[in-house]
Amino acid sequence: MAASVGRICRAGLLKSPHVPTINQFSSLSTTREWTKGRKALLGTIGMLAGGAGALLLALDRSVRASDLELHPPKHVWSHSGMFSSLDHASVRRGYEVYKQVCAACHSMRFIAYRNLVGVTHTEEEAKAEAEEQMVLDGPNEQGEMFKRPGKLSDYFPSPYPNEEAARAANNGAYPPDLSYIVSARHGGEDYIFALLTGYCDAPAGVVLREGQYFNPYFPGGAISMAQALYNEAMEYTDGTPATASQLAKDISTFLKWTAEPEHDDRKKMLMKAIGIFSFLMAITYYIKRMKFSTLKTRKIEFRPKEK
Amino acid sequence: MGFNETVYNLIFKRTSTMALACVASAFFFERTFDLVTENLFEKINEGKLWKHIKDKYQQ
Ligand code: HEC
Repeated sequence: MAASVGRICRAGLLKSPHVPTINQFSSLSTTREWTKGRKALLGTIGMLAGGAGALLLALDRSVRASDLELHPPKHVWSHSGMFSSLDHASVRRGYEVYKQVCAACHSMRFIAYRNLVGVTHTEEEAKAEAEEQMVLDGPNEQGEMFKRPGKLSDYFPSPYPNEEAARAANNGAYPPDLSYIVSARHGGEDYIFALLTGYCDAPAGVVLREGQYFNPYFPGGAISMAQALYNEAMEYTDGTPATASQLAKDISTFLKWTAEPEHDDRKKMLMKAIGIFSFLMAITYYIKRMKFSTLKTRKIEFRPKEK
Repeated sequence: MGFNETVYNLIFKRTSTMALACVASAFFFERTFDLVTENLFEKINEGKLWKHIKDKYQQ
């Protein structure tokens, strides 16, 4: 095997590969025979084509006039950084906003009161929150359903018994479940914030049906949810001034938490992973150098057989 | 006897002591590593975590 490879490649296998220099390459070029005029012409055509392509791309990027929708601006959230946790005081205020405003129409079926413990509320507080509402339970020994005060293990109550009832109460539009809404919409919490604060008068030519409102951030512009947040729409228990933008910011942060309850742990894990893996990388590199050092310092000598 | 030699003779020479050393060092390494990263994370997010605000709601 080795002998036949050697016969095919001769000594070339052992030598460093022959790399032609730039000068050698240019002597191989077929454009050398071209006249000056031809070179100039082809060069101009090439430049024009490239420039036109770049211009088209830039125009497409900047205008995007084809869709009737405003993309939400990016905000600097206090949890935007690579290692930044959620602001739990804000999550707590966001829960108050959800409970007092959004819960009138939107369900949040995948969050239970026990999830609040150690995130926004103490255990006693979460229990008190749960007990505030009556939950349908049963059946008891008589086979009847009964109502009881909520427990930590109960999920947030839904405002409507089913989707049809929700549609009937909202002009046929279904208020989506908010548990995972931040993950379910492009733009995430930026979108929620922009949507809640972005209501304005419909521009001329936009027709809104009964029960519809204009919101440029909502795809299509006509949304069946009325503006929900106004200055002083409610009061915070921690005394933060309840401006519309403060309410929107807090509810967006809260919805970010409900959609990604693992958010903080994930960022902490990232930090640990970077630490551990840079350590392992360093070890791996060192071992590779060590194992190769014997190979790289070895001298190979070719001695033809003496006749 | 140099330090390296002592370590070799006491720990690395026998498989049993070597395995024990691996387990023990993994234990201590993990404890300190977790402590360091957790403290760093809390320092970066000073005032934002539940840990930092819970005193307001507990007696
Ligand atoms: C009066 C009832 C009502 C209230 C209160 C309400 N919503 Fe809505 N919401 C709706 C309805 C109805 C829709 C469906 C709109 C549609 O599809 O046109 C909706 C849709 C949404 C959507 C989805 C938009 C999309 O991209 O599909 C989000 C997000 C949302 N609401 C957030 C909130 C938040 C946050 C609050 C609390 C501050 C809130 N809503 C309060 C009725 C309500």
